[in-house]
Amino acid sequence: MELVAIFIIPILAGGLSMLPTGRRLAAPITLTATAIISALAVAVALDASRAGHVSAPGEWLTCDGLGVLVLVLVAFVGFTSALFSWGYIAERIRHGSAGNLQRYYGLYNLFVLSMLAVPLLANVALVWIAVELTTLLSAFLVGFEDTPEALEAAWKYVILTTLGAVFALLGFLILYWGSRVAGFHPFTWQGLVEAAPHMPPALLWTAFLLILVGFGTKVGLVPMHTWLPDAHSQAPASICALLSGVETTTVLYVILRLFPIVGSAPGLDAKPWFIAFGLVSVGIATLLLITVHDFKRMFAFSTVEHMGIILVAAGLGGMDAHLGTTYQMAAHAIAKSFCFFAAGITVMAVGTQEIASVRGLIRSSPLSASALLAGGFAIAGAPPFAVFVSEFVILKAGLASGQYVAIGILAFFVVVAFCAVMYHINLMAFGLPDRDQPAVVIPASCKATLALASVPLLLIGIYVPSPLEHLLQMAATAMGG
Amino acid sequence: MNSSFFQVISALDALTGALFLLTALGFVATRQVLASLQLFIMQSLLLALSAGLIGIALDSIHLLAVAAITIATKTLMIPWLLRRTVGAEVYRTREIERVLNIPSSLLLAAGIIVLAYVVAYPLLGAVKVPFEQINLPLGIAAMFLGAFTIVVRREAVPQLLGLLAVENGVFFVGIAIAPELPVIAELAAAVDVAVIALVVGLLTRSIHRRVGTTAVGRLSALRER
Repeated sequence: MELVAIFIIPILAGGLSMLPTGRRLAAPITLTATAIISALAVAVALDASRAGHVSAPGEWLTCDGLGVLVLVLVAFVGFTSALFSWGYIAERIRHGSAGNLQRYYGLYNLFVLSMLAVPLLANVALVWIAVELTTLLSAFLVGFEDTPEALEAAWKYVILTTLGAVFALLGFLILYWGSRVAGFHPFTWQGLVEAAPHMPPALLWTAFLLILVGFGTKVGLVPMHTWLPDAHSQAPASICALLSGVETTTVLYVILRLFPIVGSAPGLDAKPWFIAFGLVSVGIATLLLITVHDFKRMFAFSTVEHMGIILVAAGLGGMDAHLGTTYQMAAHAIAKSFCFFAAGITVMAVGTQEIASVRGLIRSSPLSASALLAGGFAIAGAPPFAVFVSEFVILKAGLASGQYVAIGILAFFVVVAFCAVMYHINLMAFGLPDRDQPAVVIPASCKATLALASVPLLLIGIYVPSPLEHLLQMAATAMGG
Repeated sequence: MNSSFFQVISALDALTGALFLLTALGFVATRQVLASLQLFIMQSLLLALSAGLIGIALDSIHLLAVAAITIATKTLMIPWLLRRTVGAEVYRTREIERVLNIPSSLLLAAGIIVLAYVVAYPLLGAVKVPFEQINLPLGIAAMFLGAFTIVVRREAVPQLLGLLAVENGVFFVGIAIAPELPVIAELAAAVDVAVIALVVGLLTRSIHRRVGTTAVGRLSALRER
């Protein structure tokens, strides 16, 4: 029942936000809806940890460990970002942004719905459509500021990720063909795992590569990442938090679903491809992190880096590495959304995204400086934050299974990326301000968001509650050994 | 089902496929936006025709429905949406700005078709069914040509039509390899295609309003310095 409600609530909230009389109500309605969805997602997670998986009547909606993890992350960031939007978007509009408030919240609800649908839908063809809708529904949110740059970013985002998705569609059709050749199995993730050993290997392999490259475009894997820093830096901060924090993870989830499918076919091995794609993404993103000039772009490149790390971790194989994978997914979603909230209030305080023009932020705006520092440490992977722990788990699992070369390269780039991120943030936070900044009032809802989002940020590196630990283990199990 | 009937349908489908590929080549060669749109409509009709032929051969009502959905969305709804959102761009007669000239584009296109056969070959070796032998390599070739069009065009509407041509190529393969995909998926995909056209059309209009041009290939404010 919760699964059906998760589908209906965003549609209702989106519709109500668009009502002609609802201008003042759009933000509270969206916040309430996302709060209810978060509560429902937690309820689903608790059910799933008892029963293994949850499904709605008719088997259209279903959710196992890995799906529940993505569901909870999307719901959580959907909620914090809605809270952040309340003050932030009103402020943007007051400062002359041409965006339309009600259209923002209408699309916001539907965008969140499309991301929630990806882990919930049982039929794989419908999962493809949900992924495609995440792009189409967020296009105008990326272009919300209506500046030439924002529109350019939105254009590249839509054209390139849709092109990728269409190539992935061919992959899914070939998977369907393969499962039909193998005998009739339902076109679900579980059905595909069962059908895979009987499929002609050429079909399965072609489908895997098409989906890896096609959806890899949307995840931001190098060399298909070129649109990502543009879209993730030009969108409003609240949307960046969703794009970087959970949209990439949601699409990566679909790629991770292929892992047990390819793994159950004899003679095929996805692991080297995951590791190769992942390491290239981590490496190139690290180089870009060193030379970056814009702090929102910096966090965007860090997303490319983290997607690469998750892919490498999945490719290492084995329960320990997969536990690291799921932990990293959770840690990244929480830390990256926090980073973009911090970047959002920093832009409010200083009026620029240029790293070079921000100095001495700790004096002119202590709140945004400390948020940036906390977010930077968390995303770069300093102890005691969760990213440190998950990266440690991944490196340890890789060493235990003897994959020294991959782990060596990964560890090197992770350390360099850490230094690059902290170098840029240090420059911004400390030193003497070049010019006097007029004091800017940060909206209360943005402060509340930072306070709320910092709780899991600080906590899950030190202490993982046992239901969450169980959830991460279930998610790792769902990815296969 | 007797075999001569099946052969006639196969021959007709092969002819449709050849014309389908020709329209894809036409995208690469055409100079006008309006001509691109007309080629897209023609290509969609050929897609519907192929779906209809395979539907008759396999006795599948489902594929006939796919043909009807294709005609409704791609030859009626999308041209209407484009006229509503970016009418002036489509109907103004002028040359499309492009990165490569036509002869070298066509030369590259020939290489792309060969590449499509290389990609399709292992799949065809794995499973032998008549329509797949026709639709799979031709559809993949049309996909690659559509993607190539997006790369060499600098204008918004031709890039969108290239994207829709890629989607047509995928569906050309899809009707042969996955004829019993649930109707709900087909319907949702049709809606999805229309939404792509709508979103991209509206974006094009915004870009034209804000930037004063639809030469999206020239937008280069955002890049690494």
